[in-house]
Amino acid sequence: MNQFDYRRLWLYALLMAFAIFYLMPVYVLLATGLKSLKDVSVSTMWFFPIHLSLEGFEGAIKKLGPNLKNSFMLVIPATLISAFLGSINGYIFSKVRFKGDNIIFALILFGMFIPYQSILFPLIRFLQWIGLYNTIGGLVLTHVVYGIPITTLIFRNYYMEVPDELVEAAHIDGAGLFGVYWKVLMPLSIPAFVVVVIWQFTNIWNEFLFAVTVTSSPVKQPITVALVNLAGSQVVQWNMQMAGALLTALPPLLIYIFLGKYFIRGLLAGSVKG
Amino acid sequence: MIGKHKVGLVVVLPSIVAIAIFVYGFISWTVRVSLSNYNSFSSLLRGVYRFVGLRNYYRIFSDWRFQTDLWNTLFFTLFFILGTIAMGIILALLIDSKLKGTRVFQNIFLFPMALAFVVTGTTWGWIFNPGDFPKDPMGINLLFKQVGLSHLQWGWYTTTGHIGPFNIALIPIIIAAVWQLSGYTMAMYLAGLRGIPNSIIEAAKVDGATPWQLFWKVKFPLLKPITLSAMIILGHISLKIFDLVYAMTGSGPDNVTDVPAVYMFELTFRANRYALGSSISIVMLIMVAVVVIPYLFYSMRQQKEVKL
Repeated sequence: MNQFDYRRLWLYALLMAFAIFYLMPVYVLLATGLKSLKDVSVSTMWFFPIHLSLEGFEGAIKKLGPNLKNSFMLVIPATLISAFLGSINGYIFSKVRFKGDNIIFALILFGMFIPYQSILFPLIRFLQWIGLYNTIGGLVLTHVVYGIPITTLIFRNYYMEVPDELVEAAHIDGAGLFGVYWKVLMPLSIPAFVVVVIWQFTNIWNEFLFAVTVTSSPVKQPITVALVNLAGSQVVQWNMQMAGALLTALPPLLIYIFLGKYFIRGLLAGSVKG
Repeated sequence: MIGKHKVGLVVVLPSIVAIAIFVYGFISWTVRVSLSNYNSFSSLLRGVYRFVGLRNYYRIFSDWRFQTDLWNTLFFTLFFILGTIAMGIILALLIDSKLKGTRVFQNIFLFPMALAFVVTGTTWGWIFNPGDFPKDPMGINLLFKQVGLSHLQWGWYTTTGHIGPFNIALIPIIIAAVWQLSGYTMAMYLAGLRGIPNSIIEAAKVDGATPWQLFWKVKFPLLKPITLSAMIILGHISLKIFDLVYAMTGSGPDNVTDVPAVYMFELTFRANRYALGSSISIVMLIMVAVVVIPYLFYSMRQQKEVKL
């Protein structure tokens, strides 16, 4: 073996070692989730189950199924509305402009970074006041509003790349403000829409703080809250909990697997998690 | 650009109003609550606002649990940022080595980023669950026993051990957080590494730079802006970290894994001490603002396009 091959061998060994570290939790999720409860508690945690059992998954689906549905009912409208809002805002902030737009944009952007704890109590009081507390609708509203900064940012950055000449030409040809958006920018923005939709879908699906405070009754809560509540029961059924974690992780994971390219683009376009 | 239009303002007005109310209005409201006597459900119901000045702030800062929270946040932030950036660079360099099949590894390293913090917390909570060791160990401790390394068993996130003000129970949470976010810093550094012109690398090689020098003297300095962004983004995540800790350990024995967000949540939503909870959230807001605002100004001045 020459020296070059040694180097390659080392690099692969390192990559493999890291891959094991990153995949280990997935293995644990599967190995525990597919065991029956009596097999979990004994010393076989690190072994893959000899007898596959769907007991954990059945239990998890039974307990988390309604919450899974809640999550979809929350995420789909919230994602679509905030993508649409972001696109309109991005268009104005990049191509139309108005007096003082930069400072307003900065003020909007700051909303993306605030710890939501600092608005949480008023938010709950406000939602109680307008009758949306403890409803999926209240969560949709919350995620749409706090999604404005990031979706506006992604679309604004995207539209910045569209040559001004294109927009001006359409304008001179007689297209109005909305005509330009509808005929020129909209058709160009499919990739940006994909990025934003994936981004919002994943983030809202995974969100926990708003979910646990805005929806207080278990039947209304999204799946992230229900998963945490599984741990609160007297005897922790680890197989069910791991199956539940897998269930919670599945939709974003599928998106990552099939649309990873766009996921990464959103991540790098202006990404903040948490 | 179409030119400045009043209509533009009208179109974005709903969003501006929403942000004005939900961000700035609500923050002011929280500040107002934090200066009040709203520390029980009945006082809130009565709705008689009594201004108490900074008394709530005084109380939380002299509260032993909140002091622990601040130390925990400090150490968590420090090690989390260091770990995530170091891992990100190492992974990016490995992926950038142009071996075959690195694409697969890249996808493996990045997938935790798609998961919810509560999923990460639940899973790693099970892995680091110490069990009743050494008699009846679970998780990693069990693995240690099975490979004959029982002396490595310890209490993980249940231990009250500490090195000075650093609670070592934070280590498992830091590992889980680094696991989740290092793929993200990897992606950032990878984009950076691929943006370095080949001519610079070649020139350094011609000058006889070793791979080590090539990294520290050439690549790392060029990646500085990325390191800065990563520090800001990770820093602001760790200052407000909640889901991960809440799902994995909660506040732990003697609050060894408590953080301000968990304490705030319990005060506000479990104990009805709204004013105290609000004052913690304002402290959190100030910590985040100190980190983020200068960075926002800096990046807006640097380029028209804000990339974070």
